[in-house]
Amino acid sequence: MPSVLIPGVLRAESGGASRLEVSADGSLRAVLDEMGERWPRLERRIRDESGALRRYVNVYVDGEDCRRSGGLDAPVPSAAEIHVLPSVAGG
Amino acid sequence: MTHMLAIGTQKGLFLATSDDRRSWRVSSAHFPGHAIYAVAFDTRGPVPRVLAGVDSSHFGPSVLISDDLGESWQEPEAAPLAFPAGTDAAVERVWQIAPAGPLEPGVVYAGTQPSALWRSSDGGRTYELIRALWDHPHRPEWGAGYGGQAIHTILPHPADPDRILVAMSAGGVYRTADGGETWSAANRGIKAYFLPDPWPEFGQCVHKVARDAADPDRYYAQNHHGVYRSTDGGDSWESIAAGLPSDFGFPMAAHPSRGGTIWNFPLVSDGERQPVGLECRVFRSDDGGDTWQPQHKGLPDGPYYPVVLRDALCTDGAAPAGVYVGTRAGEVFASADEGETWSMVAAHLPDVLCVRAAGV
Repeated sequence: MPSVLIPGVLRAESGGASRLEVSADGSLRAVLDEMGERWPRLERRIRDESGALRRYVNVYVDGEDCRRSGGLDAPVPSAAEIHVLPSVAGG
Repeated sequence: MTHMLAIGTQKGLFLATSDDRRSWRVSSAHFPGHAIYAVAFDTRGPVPRVLAGVDSSHFGPSVLISDDLGESWQEPEAAPLAFPAGTDAAVERVWQIAPAGPLEPGVVYAGTQPSALWRSSDGGRTYELIRALWDHPHRPEWGAGYGGQAIHTILPHPADPDRILVAMSAGGVYRTADGGETWSAANRGIKAYFLPDPWPEFGQCVHKVARDAADPDRYYAQNHHGVYRSTDGGDSWESIAAGLPSDFGFPMAAHPSRGGTIWNFPLVSDGERQPVGLECRVFRSDDGGDTWQPQHKGLPDGPYYPVVLRDALCTDGAAPAGVYVGTRAGEVFASADEGETWSMVAAHLPDVLCVRAAGV
């Protein structure tokens, strides 16, 4: 069962949890789709309504930047650890 | 009555309160680090509601509401604004939140980047895209100003819910007379000096439009060079820039109850965005823009560089009217006497993006 690590700045949307367990695996899209069902306010801070990852949010699957491994199609093994992090941006 | 001033900045929302509009208590930042391009008071219901467009540079935009004057904020589970499937678009920023007229309690409009108009019928919690304007055949040709392509002005008619006027950068003024089913450009007389045809049907870069308090068919517009008045509901526009030291600037605000009285904050030019003569002066007209008088008593003396953005000048509903101005230097000034004298509300805030005031 994949787990998703939530950065502190988003934990108001995860009920304070730093780690969420999801049942979906196979692809990052499937994981985010499940998150959209269960924690919609959290998921829409990661993806916009067109389904695209927000520009300044980075998602790592087992340490690999998803943008270098297929984006939303990045493979997610059943025991994967998915790390959501705000990118270095802003002023 | 308590007077409340909402100050939206590049890094948070500040709520200031006052009993006399001269001495203010300013809150710490709500939504610290988030840009607040739009804020509104809705005083039509049993309790005053504050609505804030909250924009995270990392995590996107949202609209939150408070029914306890900022003590707590609510955001629905579903996204307050989201383009429907098939549009292949995403809301980038909320630029304007505008409660409708008294005949439509619960109706609130929002304007976004990309240029889209949204309607809420649940008091501003959730919004639906007004599809006819999104599908307008002009839309592929709408441009984008430096601030982006956005609907930043929404003026619902106070007596006729079917009539709404909106303005966008850089598409111009549009209006509907059938509740949003059809929309037409309304820019006749407004010059677009930056286009090959300087008198196009649309494409003007309007910065802000205000509606006259006494005559809802009179509008005042600050454009990207050009200050205009319409006396026929937007059918045509005429220049009212002659009495101002410059025709460039961003905001335009109208008196809450007296017709013909408006405020403006001129800047030198597109290429030199600073107050004319480096003087911090608000300009008021009492004759619909025929003549203008500078107002600066209590405003900073000496060379003054900061800009006042399009929504950082507003009035309240009190009598005499209060006028409020916020600057990109993080200063906010208030006048309790229609601009005759000013006092400082706050300094050293982040860049002020918008101000709104109400009695609560």
